[in-house]
Amino acid sequence: MSVVAVDNLALRFGDRTLFEGLDFELERGELLAVLGPNGTGKTSLIQILLGLLQPSEGSVVIEGCPPQERCHRIGYVPQQRVFDRDVVLRGRDLVRLGLDGHRWGFGRFRSEDRARVDASLAEVGATAYADAPIGRLSGGEQQRLRVAQALVADPVLILADEPLLSLDLAHQRGVVDLLDARRERSGTPVVFVTHDVNPVLHTVDRVLYLAPDGWAIGAPDEVLTSETLSRLYDTDVDVLRVRGRVVVVGTPDDQHVHHVENGH
Amino acid sequence: MFSHLLAEHFVHTALWAGAVAAIVSGAIGVFVVARGMSFAVHAISELGFTGAAGALVIGINPVTGILGGSLLVGLVLGLLSLRGRERDSAIGAVLAFGLGLGVLFLWLYQAPATTATNLLFGSIVGVSDTQLRNLAIVGAIVLLGLTLLYRPLFFSSVDPEIAAARGVPIRALSVAIFLLLALTIAEAIQVVGVLLVLTLVITPAAAAQRLTGRPTLALLLSVAIALVSTEAGILLSLEKSWPTSFFITTISFAFYVAARLVDWNRGRQSRAPAALVTPGSGASAASGGATSA
Repeated sequence: MSVVAVDNLALRFGDRTLFEGLDFELERGELLAVLGPNGTGKTSLIQILLGLLQPSEGSVVIEGCPPQERCHRIGYVPQQRVFDRDVVLRGRDLVRLGLDGHRWGFGRFRSEDRARVDASLAEVGATAYADAPIGRLSGGEQQRLRVAQALVADPVLILADEPLLSLDLAHQRGVVDLLDARRERSGTPVVFVTHDVNPVLHTVDRVLYLAPDGWAIGAPDEVLTSETLSRLYDTDVDVLRVRGRVVVVGTPDDQHVHHVENGH
Repeated sequence: MFSHLLAEHFVHTALWAGAVAAIVSGAIGVFVVARGMSFAVHAISELGFTGAAGALVIGINPVTGILGGSLLVGLVLGLLSLRGRERDSAIGAVLAFGLGLGVLFLWLYQAPATTATNLLFGSIVGVSDTQLRNLAIVGAIVLLGLTLLYRPLFFSSVDPEIAAARGVPIRALSVAIFLLLALTIAEAIQVVGVLLVLTLVITPAAAAQRLTGRPTLALLLSVAIALVSTEAGILLSLEKSWPTSFFITTISFAFYVAARLVDWNRGRQSRAPAALVTPGSGASAASGGATSA
């Protein structure tokens, strides 16, 4: 049985349609990259999967249950947003919130909870700075803690919304490897929203491309082609493979799509 | 030096009233500071003043007026759940209007000048036994509320995006924290007065957050600083007969300055030796530089 089943999903704001007729299923162990320019509903799709946004049409089922009923833990890794320098929070506390921050009351000290937090911190290699105030850590360190926070509750699904934004290449690779390792070991499927497919290209099973004039889903080699993207953008788009990287040329905003980083 | 005072009943009452207000203020302060609600504290407090003045005009207990005024504003601000600049300017507009209304009420009541002064700057030694009992009841409600809501409230204060994704009811918690804050402010007004509520709700929490990165320790420190400032301030004012609020604000500010100095000094020490670190200890220094108590 698939973990996520998306059926005939549509999202409209007023008379603007972000996407419609969206159909796909996500199997255990699968990594789906969601690509596309800004304003095509990538983040909204994540919000729908989290149960925070109602679709205009269609349905989503996660392990047999609609997302807004929250039957299952979902690990969510957001865009890296730097914490305030003064916030009273350690990495350990952030991860702990991912475990039981939604529960009422003060919470009792339980050694098995502490052990889970410790294991999660170790899994992402954050043990060394787990007790430092989080506002004084680097963006890359904070984002590793975010991954630990998403993994600690043993989620059935991981949703990552531009988790690599404003990270340097080493930390980008680190975050991707952590999510990939989790998927390998536990079979937890990952939905990975990104404007640049290259950092995840080696681990991606399928790509969902959301464009202004439609969407396409399939293996990277099927979707990331000149034909498919030209159809989706309704204009001539060239998809080039340069040293194992995908470069898209000719989209109305190709600054934002699969841009090539400096020096690589 | 205080022994002769400690025999007096009114001193006991004042110390207990101060303790209740300080504990709840210090506790809620850590959430208020984490959510950046300092200006809202000031606004709710000023509307407490309007409520008190209104109560005097229609001839009811001013404490009821304080509670009514601050709860009303707290509810409105909580329901609006505004963010950033919009919240700032909306609060400013409401605050100014409320104060204007308060001035009218005082004029209508033909209040003696001391009434306004006591409201604005506090009159802890005038607390009656009934008032103390009410303070204790309201204080218990706030502490119970904070205990029940602790984890989701903390989650939504420091990490609202993930909290929402995990199903934490952000908006309901925003209303709840504003209502608990309004109750707290109504308590603090009776000790330090409308204009100085920030000294119990903001200053101790702001000092605590300089001293530690541990949330529960920050909570305890904030309560301790509020408590020591209030109790010491009351005793000193009885000894010296200067205004109580002066001593309370001065002591709590001294804690704040000291906390900043400690934090600054710690930052300096952890940065300075970085260049001298031996290769073997490099890994721990890289992250340990930020470690705090």
